[in-house]
Amino acid sequence: MTKNTLATGLIWLAAILVSGVFFWLLSDILIHGLPHLSWSFLVEAPRNAGRSGGIGSIIVSTVLILAVAMVTAAPLSLATAVLLSEFTRYDSVFGRLVRSSLDVLAGVPSIVFGLFGNAFFCIYLDLGFSILSGGLTLACMVLPILIRTAEEGLQATPNDYRLAAAALGMSRSAALVHLLLTTATPALVAGLMLGIGRAVAETAALIFTSGYVDRMPDSLFDSGRALSVHIYDLSMNVAGGDTNAYSSALVLIILLLIINSIAMNLAKQWLHRSVVTV
Amino acid sequence: MSLFIKPKNEPVDKTLTAEAYTLGPLQAGPPCCNPEPLIRVDNLSLHYGKKPALENVSLDIYKGCITALIGPSGCGKTSFLSVLNRMTDMIPDCRVSGNVHFDSKDLRHPALDVQRLRRDIGMIFQKPVPFPLSIRRNIELPLREHGMSKQAELNDVVQHVLLDVGLWDEVKDRLESSALALSGGQQQRLCIARALALQPKVLLMDEPCSALDPISSGVVEDLIQRLRGKYTVVIVTHNLAQARRIANYAGFFWIKDQRAGCLIEFGQCKQIFEAPAHELTAAYVNGSRG
Repeated sequence: MTKNTLATGLIWLAAILVSGVFFWLLSDILIHGLPHLSWSFLVEAPRNAGRSGGIGSIIVSTVLILAVAMVTAAPLSLATAVLLSEFTRYDSVFGRLVRSSLDVLAGVPSIVFGLFGNAFFCIYLDLGFSILSGGLTLACMVLPILIRTAEEGLQATPNDYRLAAAALGMSRSAALVHLLLTTATPALVAGLMLGIGRAVAETAALIFTSGYVDRMPDSLFDSGRALSVHIYDLSMNVAGGDTNAYSSALVLIILLLIINSIAMNLAKQWLHRSVVTV
Repeated sequence: MSLFIKPKNEPVDKTLTAEAYTLGPLQAGPPCCNPEPLIRVDNLSLHYGKKPALENVSLDIYKGCITALIGPSGCGKTSFLSVLNRMTDMIPDCRVSGNVHFDSKDLRHPALDVQRLRRDIGMIFQKPVPFPLSIRRNIELPLREHGMSKQAELNDVVQHVLLDVGLWDEVKDRLESSALALSGGQQQRLCIARALALQPKVLLMDEPCSALDPISSGVVEDLIQRLRGKYTVVIVTHNLAQARRIANYAGFFWIKDQRAGCLIEFGQCKQIFEAPAHELTAAYVNGSRG
């Protein structure tokens, strides 16, 4: 009896601790960031190194970097996941090689990705400090997450579907498109959101690739400052930038929530259109 | 309150009435007269890696008849079925040897159009596998894959096959809802309808009733009986009484020397059950072995 009470108490304590930290963090950002948040903050250009003015150009840069990263990484990772799960045997040398490389890649610190992106995209491919370089570097960084989640999603689909489709004379690609991918959609979206979350929070990899410049980007070849870099800069390098750092952090969280809910809604609609779930 | 209670127009359980079927009345049972072989299997052996699963099986599947394959688990009945529609191609390390002819064409020829073959020889699995789509899309999807695209045509086929399996009255008002919401027996009949939509010549059934409750099992069994004549059915079953009720021909498989499955005896169902030639068969159908 006492053992049970103790265990229950510990479990509750752990749960409260975890959610407590989350709410503390969130409320801190809300308390300090919310009063400062306004429409003009969202659309105006930063002034005085970000101490005053808004974050209009920075939001644009962030969204562009994220778009480049996801547009590159999502199709690549989906194709790789399909190859791994549908067209190679699980225990084949090729499959094992790709999987273990991905696992190593997933554990590489982001600063290393930043240096790699700087050396490869900025210097070797001569893209310079640009939104394109930053986006592509982020794409490399989120590839392992996207591929492994997509692959696991595909492998979790019932094998019965593959057999039944084959028994009806359907090609493997037809089964893949009409049955397996749609069944795996929730897992694919979850992976995509994980990837977006990781990409949007990234600072180290972007400082070396998309740069520091806080004006409005003219094109993808222009340098642009991401929100996370902006927050880092305001809180570390700019005296008196704390309030704007808080507001920027709040905007970052809201941006993430918006992107996630859009992705989830799109997936739901897609599922509803092609698959009727019970 | 009215004194007259309106009699109900519809019978309570539509699944147990026969009007919905369009495949014709139940035909007289075994044996088929004028047996004409549609699939000829000669000296078939099958290995999974180094492990033999079937050895030297030879038998003929007769056109329009129901052939039941009986025997204990693990004696290669399902493997035998998988050879007939080349599902063995999907199993890595699976080696098949021997001759199999379907409609006097070599079924094991490497250049054979396997997708075409699987349209001609459909398969029903032990567990019903409805796709996570609407009832209508379940039937339409393979048809569309095979090039039928006119909606009117598709609607016709959907209605026709659902009538054939006696499911039409039960689902006609909810064709757009999920197939996963159907009961087990309904799901299995939907799977049979889906296979029938491709106008196969042969249906392979791997214990189609064993995952169903007795009532649904009876309905599906009834349906299989109605397929006789129009389709050639090969059914694997552990239910000896069922085999005896529905089959024209029966093949008895057994595991020889703890090693590989083989065909002990094949013949007319009546003969296998009433006057088996082999003592193992006699022991198995009497229930004293197996």
